[in-house]
Amino acid sequence: MVREQICMIKKLAGDNLFKILTAIVAASAAVILIVNAGTLIGGSLPVLQRFGTYFFTGTTWNPVEGRELFGALPYVMGTLVTSAIALLIGVPISLGIAIFLAEMAPKAMKVPVSYLVELLAAVPSVIYGLWGLFVLRIWMQNYIETPLSTYLGWIPIFSGTPFGLDIFTAGVILAIMIIPTVASVSREVINAVPDSIREGAYSIGATKWEVIRYWVLSYGRSGIFGAVILGLGRAVGETMAVTMVIGNAIGPVAMPTSLFKPGQTMSSLIANGFLESTTPIEKSAYMGVGLILLLVSLLINIGAHIMVTRVLKVKGGAVE
Amino acid sequence: MKGDEMNENVHGEELALEKRKMQTIGLNAWFGAKQALKEIDLAIKANRVTAIIGPSGCGKSTLIRCLNRMHELVPSAKTSGKVLLDGKDIYASDVDPVLIRRRVGMVFQKPNPFPTMSIYDNVAAGLKLTGVKKGESLDETVRRSLEQATLWDEVKNDLKKPGTSISGGQQQRLCIARAIALKPEAILMDEPCSALDPIATAKIEELIVSLKRDYTVVIVTHNMQQAARVSDFTAFMYLGQLVEYGDTTCVFENPTSELTEKYITGKFG
Amino acid sequence: MSASYIFRKFKNSLFFGLCLVCVIIAVVPLLSILYEVIMRGAPQLSLQFLTKSGLEGGIGPAIQGTLILIGLTSLIGIPVGVLSGVYLAEYGNNKYAASMRSINDVLTEFPSIVVGITVFSVIVLGVTGSYSPIAGAVALSFILIPIVARTTEESLKLVPTSVREASLALGVNKWKTTLRVVLPSARAGLVTGTLLAVARIAGETAPLILTILGNSYFFQGFNAPMDALPIRIWTDARQPYAEVQAQGWSAALILILIVLSLNIGVRLASRGRLGR
Repeated sequence: MVREQICMIKKLAGDNLFKILTAIVAASAAVILIVNAGTLIGGSLPVLQRFGTYFFTGTTWNPVEGRELFGALPYVMGTLVTSAIALLIGVPISLGIAIFLAEMAPKAMKVPVSYLVELLAAVPSVIYGLWGLFVLRIWMQNYIETPLSTYLGWIPIFSGTPFGLDIFTAGVILAIMIIPTVASVSREVINAVPDSIREGAYSIGATKWEVIRYWVLSYGRSGIFGAVILGLGRAVGETMAVTMVIGNAIGPVAMPTSLFKPGQTMSSLIANGFLESTTPIEKSAYMGVGLILLLVSLLINIGAHIMVTRVLKVKGGAVE
Repeated sequence: MKGDEMNENVHGEELALEKRKMQTIGLNAWFGAKQALKEIDLAIKANRVTAIIGPSGCGKSTLIRCLNRMHELVPSAKTSGKVLLDGKDIYASDVDPVLIRRRVGMVFQKPNPFPTMSIYDNVAAGLKLTGVKKGESLDETVRRSLEQATLWDEVKNDLKKPGTSISGGQQQRLCIARAIALKPEAILMDEPCSALDPIATAKIEELIVSLKRDYTVVIVTHNMQQAARVSDFTAFMYLGQLVEYGDTTCVFENPTSELTEKYITGKFG
Repeated sequence: MSASYIFRKFKNSLFFGLCLVCVIIAVVPLLSILYEVIMRGAPQLSLQFLTKSGLEGGIGPAIQGTLILIGLTSLIGIPVGVLSGVYLAEYGNNKYAASMRSINDVLTEFPSIVVGITVFSVIVLGVTGSYSPIAGAVALSFILIPIVARTTEESLKLVPTSVREASLALGVNKWKTTLRVVLPSARAGLVTGTLLAVARIAGETAPLILTILGNSYFFQGFNAPMDALPIRIWTDARQPYAEVQAQGWSAALILILIVLSLNIGVRLASRGRLGR
């Protein structure tokens, strides 16, 4: 009797220990989050305390000792503009791919094609940057930017002499990089649209394209919107590829007023300049930019996850 | 000609060629390797209600879906044989299924009004596809379709509400209105009442009988009493084959085949 | 046949054609990258090139650095990630676990440069006092752990409860059941998820810039800067000399070979096992 009880206690002790051990290890997530957030917040305090709202609205970036002034606006705008370009170009292409894979492709093509698209996501960012710097940049400058500049240069966003290392090229590279994400989630959303909707549409004499355009995409629009926001989140956080093709502008000239101007995003600013910084206040400035970047990225990604999981859960299985 | 032999199966009214709205000749259908329909020869009379009955898995849904080329939307589906609409084979190589589906409408087992569209837009959907613009003429057509589907009075003040905001029975009548709006020649109904309560069912049965004045109706049902109530002709199917077909009263009161009799008296299915 | 019908048929063909074009547009950059990396990177390859240090015209240190980083990061990150995933899967029906799960989801989307800043401040400035492979490994672990935790949890959740119940019914403890029965059953998914996560961190650059800095020499100890393939690519690409740029392309070739073979290998292995 006593032996059994001792055995029981040993077993329970072992199980409890294991549970507690793994629970503690699982706290690593919180630890990582807190360390990151804490470091950034703590590190940004100096620059925020010293420059206040100017940090968010100003455009000068002057690290020279004695005349320090830091404004992060151009870089916030740079991130937003390059991401917007990425969405404008990348989302339609991703939707086309999603429709192709979900509705058009013969069974034999689905796996190879979707795999190729996934491989796009496996290529490291720095290699995208390398390719962008030596290959895409030349192509953009010769075949897209120069003609645009020649014929439409009077429009403000096409002004300036294009050299290929600018906001436009950065946006294009980002567009390519978000395709795997947006396409695969959109495809899942399209597949989750119930067949009864399609049948109803076919039965009133709609063509296949009309079924997709007026009914499938319409039914799945919130899920697709979620996919787009996920893509936006990815674009915002992207560093290396953008850094290598965006042209590295600093200060007021970095404001993205033309597609052909060299620019700077929040992440590329840090990648380019953090190591060179000498004074503590300068380092704090970079941390401040990092903090803004983190907050923007978090907001976008949390929003996207909520939207996508809600749509896929409700429409993908439970209700219909 | 093979088609004429069908007259032998029909008790009562002779099915003269001109009165056949639709006709299947040697129709076979497969899902992948599984054959669901075997050599079906069936004549559907114009402006009458034809019911297709039989136990689960007998192929009645497959048959009705072959009549407007919905069967082929399933990836592994195949068909052979002919289906004539006004004498012309709808499976001919130069025929576009999109056009067939405009002439032969369909109502499904589970009401499927478009959830992303209003009641008005649900009915107008098919017309808008063919380029009919917003305006009085469209409004008029929508009203007439809803009236004919006996739904107008119940929704006339709520036309902007989503198509799914009404009850199940009303949704099914909305689907009927949606099909009618295109002024089809035939309406196919795949167990239209099986998801509805008895009151809604009764309303739709009344509607079906009234529809035959303007349309040819084919209805699949697992409810024999329903078939007896609403149809003029009944086809009994078993394991993919057409076992018996004829005047509804004859099939129910005096079936030729023993199988039919067993099914009707409830001995199986 | 009306004009509008013909127009509708035309639109049908047009838009499906456009979808196909979209697929082609997406595949072209992938093919171009592979092509350029091979064409520009392969000519420099030789045993000498791969094993000598930068001063002797090779990228040996970069390859060594990447391997060291993969090793260190795996050492730190895989046990932490797997155990986290075990907790979330086996004991995870409470608010604490739900929060950790959400945090992990959020962490997988962290901008990696931010991780670099953090580890720079905490470890380079705080702990080691200099750029260090440890700092690099910690930074990469910050990225690896959430991914491995997630994939571990999902793989474990796929193991049917009947497997656990059978073991528990035989009188085996829960922890022994988990380690000796459940984890092995989920082995395929665990390995796949982990390898893919490793492939991902092998290509990360931003955190490394701020933590290991880069070096022309081979490994110089845990308190010195170290080289790695992504850093080599980043540094060489921005040099004005063609020979150095070519070196960068070769580093890219090696890196892509590592990353792609991990990816493709994992896919092939899982396909074979599942018989798809």
